[in-house]
Amino acid sequence: MTQCPECDARLERKDRIEGELFTCPECGVELEVNGTDPFAVSYAPKEQEDWGE
Amino acid sequence: MSSGFTLGVFYTVIRPEERWILEAAAARGLAVERLADDAVTFPVERNGFDADLVLNRSVSHTRSLYALRFFEHYGVPTVNPYDVVSLCGDKVLCSLRLQESGIPTPRTTVALTPEAALKALDDLGYPAVLKPPVGSWGRLLAKVDDREEAEQIIEHKAALNSPWHSVFYVQEYVQKPERDLRAFVVGDELVAAMYRRSADWRTNASRGATGEAVTPPPEMTELVLKAARAVGGGVLAVDLMESPRGLLVHEVNPTPEFKTLTAATGANVAGRILDYVQEVARR
Repeated sequence: MTQCPECDARLERKDRIEGELFTCPECGVELEVNGTDPFAVSYAPKEQEDWGE
Repeated sequence: MSSGFTLGVFYTVIRPEERWILEAAAARGLAVERLADDAVTFPVERNGFDADLVLNRSVSHTRSLYALRFFEHYGVPTVNPYDVVSLCGDKVLCSLRLQESGIPTPRTTVALTPEAALKALDDLGYPAVLKPPVGSWGRLLAKVDDREEAEQIIEHKAALNSPWHSVFYVQEYVQKPERDLRAFVVGDELVAAMYRRSADWRTNASRGATGEAVTPPPEMTELVLKAARAVGGGVLAVDLMESPRGLLVHEVNPTPEFKTLTAATGANVAGRILDYVQEVARR
């Protein structure tokens, strides 16, 4: 269990893995898992100019 | 391939695509070395990694290029190879290769200064499309309807003060239906294809375009595989437009997403990528 850095909503790990992106179900901000034990999240990295497919 | 094979996955973030790849690798019993592109370091003198082959899933063109060149330096094969990513990740280089290989593409001109870009747009005619040579997801693309707009957009691009926005990739605006085509190629096979529909002229899935499965007619399959071979082959998404003069290839993506394609077609794209990676490792 951790909290959304944007809205403080309580977030559960579920089966998420390190590095995985997900959306906060409360406020919709995009987050990234940066630890699973303990579960920790941060804002998803900001898209850069050379990012793409 | 030895039983001790380790697959390196070089990535920026774990999206559904990377998760499916990791799951497909686990299902095959492959050892995986996760290589986060914001954390790994590359000694010039020695290979500090366990991976026997690296699958590139980084969304950063710059990070991909340096990393792939390092793995090449270490003698570790990569999917895709440096040359393919270097070519496809730059729209200018990709257009040149497609043209050299006789692949029909939209009419394209490159200009290296704002003044020359204006001339290129005037010569090509309006409406036209202005794209940065690097980057995707439809970001900072502009449809230019007339000269006045061209002057404004070029001025804004100059204000970005970025090397990539100082090169002007100018392309004809292709009168197409509200859709384009994406074909996913793995090795010598067209794995799945879809229409990408959007009311926006940019039909990127990341901009909300929806996918609809399509059974590619033989001439489309032939063109797609020819385009994939032209750029060096591997795991690629070939994007095409239906124009009044037939199918045109407008992009070949070297680190393609496939979430929308998987949902639209039900194809096991991640599984096919893993099959291919194992094939390459056996070579």
